Amino acid sequence: MPTDILMPALSPTMEQGKLAKWLKKEGDTIKSGDILAEIETDKATMEVEAVDEGVLAKILVPDGTDDVAVNTPIGVIAAEGEDVSAATAAKPASNGSAGEPPKGDTPAPAAAQAEPGQAPKVPAQPKAPSAVAAPPQPETVVDPEVPEGTEMVTQTVREALRDAMAEEMRRDRDVFVMGEEVAEYQGAYKVTQGLLQEFGPKRVIDTPITEHGFAGLGVGAALAGLKPIVEFMTWNFAMQAIDQIINSAAKTLYMSGGQMGAPIVFRGPNGAAARVAAQHSHDYAAWYSNVPGLKVVMPYTAADAKGLLKAAIRDPNPIIFLENEILYGQSMPVPKLDDFVLPIGKARIHRPGKDVTIVSFGIGMTYALKAAEELAKEGIEAEVIDLRTIRPMDVATVVKSVQKTNRCVAVEEGFPQSGVTAEIGMRIMEEAFDYLDAPVARVTGKDVPMPYAANLEKLALPNVAEVIAAAKAVCYRS
Amino acid sequence: MAVAARKTSGGGRTDRGAAAETAVDPAVSEVPANNPPPFTEAEDLSAYHEMLLIRRFEEKAGQLYGMGLIGGFCHLYIGQEAVVVGMQMAANEGDEVITGYRDHGHMLACGMDPRGVMAELTGRRGGYSKGKGGSMHMFSKEKAFYGGHGIVGAQVSLGTGLGLANWYREDGKVALVYFGDGAANQGQVYESFNMAELWKLPVVYIIENNKYAMGTSVNRASAQTDFSKRGVSFNIPGEQVDGMDVRAVREAGQRAIDFARSGKGPYILEMQTYRYRGHSMSDPAKYRTKDEVAKMREERDPIEMVRKRLLESHKVGEDELKKIDAKVREIVNDSAEFASHDPEPDPAELWTDILVEVRA
Repeated sequence: MPTDILMPALSPTMEQGKLAKWLKKEGDTIKSGDILAEIETDKATMEVEAVDEGVLAKILVPDGTDDVAVNTPIGVIAAEGEDVSAATAAKPASNGSAGEPPKGDTPAPAAAQAEPGQAPKVPAQPKAPSAVAAPPQPETVVDPEVPEGTEMVTQTVREALRDAMAEEMRRDRDVFVMGEEVAEYQGAYKVTQGLLQEFGPKRVIDTPITEHGFAGLGVGAALAGLKPIVEFMTWNFAMQAIDQIINSAAKTLYMSGGQMGAPIVFRGPNGAAARVAAQHSHDYAAWYSNVPGLKVVMPYTAADAKGLLKAAIRDPNPIIFLENEILYGQSMPVPKLDDFVLPIGKARIHRPGKDVTIVSFGIGMTYALKAAEELAKEGIEAEVIDLRTIRPMDVATVVKSVQKTNRCVAVEEGFPQSGVTAEIGMRIMEEAFDYLDAPVARVTGKDVPMPYAANLEKLALPNVAEVIAAAKAVCYRS
Repeated sequence: MAVAARKTSGGGRTDRGAAAETAVDPAVSEVPANNPPPFTEAEDLSAYHEMLLIRRFEEKAGQLYGMGLIGGFCHLYIGQEAVVVGMQMAANEGDEVITGYRDHGHMLACGMDPRGVMAELTGRRGGYSKGKGGSMHMFSKEKAFYGGHGIVGAQVSLGTGLGLANWYREDGKVALVYFGDGAANQGQVYESFNMAELWKLPVVYIIENNKYAMGTSVNRASAQTDFSKRGVSFNIPGEQVDGMDVRAVREAGQRAIDFARSGKGPYILEMQTYRYRGHSMSDPAKYRTKDEVAKMREERDPIEMVRKRLLESHKVGEDELKKIDAKVREIVNDSAEFASHDPEPDPAELWTDILVEVRA
C-alpha cells in the first residue's frame, strides 16, 4: 500500500516551512535512512529522512515551495510495481491557506489543524503536537506613539526582535549580544539571525554553556559602561545565573548610592513551549517581578516586542525581557518607522469593552483575546488589557478600566501562588475596592510542575474556556 | 618568552628555606622564599605609608565596631596589606579593581577617601554609597574600584566582565580581580577562567590565600591547595607569590599585568598571605592557635619587614618613620571623627537609586 511522505516539523512549535530541495526524483528507489529532501524554516534547515522503503512514486510538493504546512503530504512512496494512482488522497502542492500571511482576525493555523486528518497512515515524521491552543491573531491596535496612517508590515515576533537588536547595534557601538549559539549558529531559536554577518564576532559573541559565568561577565561589562544583551537559550537556564541577575545587576545601583548601575538586557524565551516538560517550561515573570532594581518586560505582539526591546536596550537599568517560543513564529503587523520605541511600564488596552476587564500579558493574551471574542458572541463586552511590562506595573490603566467595568479577571500561564495575577488582584483591592461588583478572579497555570504527556500538558496550562468561565462568574452570568 | 615559560611553576617557590621552619601550620609553611629585587627608598616609604594606613584604618574600624558605631559585617584586612599595596604599585592608573567582602584595604589602596570609606562603615550620608551599601558594598567609578561584593566568587565573573569591556574597547586596561582561597572553589570562577582564556581577556586573578575560608583551613576545603595551578586546565599561567613581602607582590604583579596587557590573556597569582584577625568581627578564631598567629605577626609581618628595611638598609631615621606614623594616625582619626558625626542618610534616601530615572 502506498505511503504518504509528510512535511515534518523541525520543532514542536513549527507550523510551516519551505521545501527547499528534493534529493530524490520520481522513480528512484528509496531505502530507509535515505535523505529525501531538504526543508527550511526561518529557524533552521533539516533533511527529511525516509522511514519507509519502496519507490518515490510521486512528488506532490515541488522544490522551492514556501509555507508548506506541517503534516502536508509532500510525496508518495509505493512498493515496487504498485499502482500509485490508487495511493493518494493527498492534495497536490502546497497548502494555500497556511501559506498566506495571516490577516485581520483569521486565526493562524496551528500545527494540529494542518489537516493530518485525511492524510497518512504512516507518517514519515512524528506529528506535531497539538497541546497549545491556536493563538488568535491580534487585531491591529495602534499605539498612541504610532502616527496615524503609518504603514504596517507583517513580521514574525522573531524578526521584530532581531530588527530591534540590529537597529540598536547600528545606533550604539556599546551594544553587543552574547549567549549560547547566538553567532555562528544564528541563534538557537534564530532570533539573532544575521547579526554575526552584519556586526562581526566581537559584537555577537558565542559563549560556552556557562550561564552563571557569562551572565556575570555581562553584568561586569555593564558596570564598566557597555550595554550587553545577554541571551539565555531559555529562561529556565537562567536559574544558574539568577545570583548575578539579582545580587549583582539589580542591587548594585542602590548599594553604590547611585554611582554604578548595570545597563543590561537579559532576554530569551520564557514559559511553556510545547512538550518540553517541567525543566524547560517555567514562567519566571513572577520571580523577577518580585525584585526591586529590575524592570520586567513581557511583550505579546510583534510590534511591542520590537518597540519594547529597543527601549530595553536604551534603558540604563537591568531589564528582564521575557519572550515566548510559541509567539516567535507568529506574524503580526509592525509599524514601519525608522525608530519605533515604546515606553516601558505602560499597559495597553488591546480590545476595548465595558462589561469586564481581562488583564494579561505575554502568551496569556492569546487566551484573553480568544475568550473576549467568544464572550462578545454572548453579549459580554470584555476589555482586554495587555500589561506588556510586569515591573513597573501599570496599575493605573488596570484600575481605570476596573472603575468602568467593575469586574476583573487576570490571566497568566505562570503558577498561582505569589503569581503576577495574585499581585494584580491585590493591587485592585488596594486601589479600586469600592468599584468592584465581584471579587477579582484569576486564571493561571495549574500548581504542578509541567507534565510531558500531551493531555496532561494541556490540562496544566490555562485555556480559553477557563477564562470565559471566570469572566462569566464575575459577571454573575452562567 | 620568559613569562609564558613560567606557567604553573613560579620561580623559587619550592625552596622553603627559613620560612618553613618558623611556621606552625603546614598550610602556613608554604611561603615561597623569593628574593625579589629591592625597592628604592622612595618605594619602600610609599609601601610603608600605604600599608600602615590600611593597618591603622582597620584597627580603628575594629574599635568603632566595638563601640557599636559600625554594625553588621566587618571583615578586616589586617595582615594582608602587602597584597593590594604591591599590586597597586604594579598597576596603571585606570586599571580596574574588584574584590569580595574584605575590601577596605583595596579601596584605600585605590586612593579612595578614608572619610568616605569610614562613613560608609558607620552608615552615614557621607559614605561612598550614602550609607546604603556598608562594609561590603562600596564603589568608585573615579578610582576604577568596582566593589565590594558580598556573594563569594561573584566578583570573579564580574571582574572578568570588566576585562571583557577592556577587550571590547581595546583601551589597554587590565582588570585586577581579587578573591580568596574560599572563593577559589566556586564554580563560576572556572566558568570565568574558561572564557577569559578563550577570548584572551586582559585580567589578572589574584587569589589571596590567607589559609582560612572563614573557619575552614585550606587543607580541609581544597583538593588542590596550590592555587596557582587552578588555571592549568584552561592553560592560564599561574604562580605562587610571597604575599607578605610587598616587593615580591609588586614583581609578580608587574609580570602578570604586563602579560595580560600585551594581549596574551589572563594570569593567576596566588598570594600567600595571612589574616591576623577573625573572619569577621564575631569570629573568635578558635580554628587556629594563638601561637600560629603570633608567629606570623612576629616573623612575617609585611609592615615590619618594610620598616626594618627602611631603618637598616635605607638608613631612614626613626624620627622620619614616626612622622609617617603620626600622619597616618591623623588621617585615620579624622576619618573616624567624620564617620562618627556625619548625619545618617535622609529618610528620603530609602527610595532613591533603585532605578536610573529615564527621561521621556
